[in-house]
Amino acid sequence: MVLLAALLVVQTGPAVAVGTGKGWVAGHTAPGFSRMDLAGRRVTLASYRGKVVLLNFWATWCGPCLIEMPRFEEWQRTIPGLQVIGISMDDEAAPVRAAYAKLKVNYPVVMGDAAMGRLYDGVYGLPVTLLIDRAGVVRFRHRGAADLPVLRGEIEGLLAGP
Amino acid sequence: MGEFRKGFGSVMIAVSLLAGGGVQAFARPTTGATSEGAAVGEIPKSALIEPAEMAGLLAKGEEKPLVLQVGSRVLFAEAHIVGSEYAGAGGQDGGRASLRLRMKDVKRNQAVVIYCGCCPWGKCPNIRAAYAELVAMGFTSVRALYVAEDFGTDWVAKGYPVARGAK
Repeated sequence: MVLLAALLVVQTGPAVAVGTGKGWVAGHTAPGFSRMDLAGRRVTLASYRGKVVLLNFWATWCGPCLIEMPRFEEWQRTIPGLQVIGISMDDEAAPVRAAYAKLKVNYPVVMGDAAMGRLYDGVYGLPVTLLIDRAGVVRFRHRGAADLPVLRGEIEGLLAGP
Repeated sequence: MGEFRKGFGSVMIAVSLLAGGGVQAFARPTTGATSEGAAVGEIPKSALIEPAEMAGLLAKGEEKPLVLQVGSRVLFAEAHIVGSEYAGAGGQDGGRASLRLRMKDVKRNQAVVIYCGCCPWGKCPNIRAAYAELVAMGFTSVRALYVAEDFGTDWVAKGYPVARGAK
């Protein structure tokens, strides 16, 4: 029903149905994807079943994204059972590659696009961060800069769960 | 608060690491500056248009303004205002060059509305620079769509008409 509502957002003329961006994916199995990351390795979401996945949509020009990323790197390093995956919504890969190298990002980053955004109910602003539980279900969706202590608590809660 | 301080420190480190490199967009302040570092002032309130007013304007049968998205091409392809065009990211040199090219032969009294919505209004790296560029080109009727949070929250989720594609 919620999905149906999401598909009926647009009413007029040549407009087409798109997601609401309100986060209906929460509570549903995370839409699967398989893409090459910036290091040339294939990243398949389904292969991370059994881990808690932090899926972060970001871009190099997004100020709030840059505040979050160093913390995600720290969490990737220090929280067992967590896997961070970055999805860059930059228009081109070159600045992303440069940032990835200079910041020594320690988790996979793949290039996103409009199709990827639509897959996740519309990523119309950045950042957007989702938490996916061990079973592959989206449990939390943060639009805009996340409250990092809250996000950390959510991760720990999911890791403590089944 | 501790998290904020740590986060702020980290982003400053990130910016420092990238300073002097080839990632100007990454190191650029998030508000009020172009990628060359030139200050760009706030857009006058009188030049702002609220989403509800904009939607009403587009719904009328009268002559419509030229509507340009001046942010991310990826986000534009995902969803944009019906009838709008992608004109280049206002916060980047190449984007402003595209904007100038698009507007080169347009009459300077043409009504224009620009929008971005990539980020909350105060953190948008594009809208102010694009506005300043058009004013500098001599356009006399430029308005900026006031997107308080982001395009999803302030336009899509409110049910205003959108289209998708990368034109």
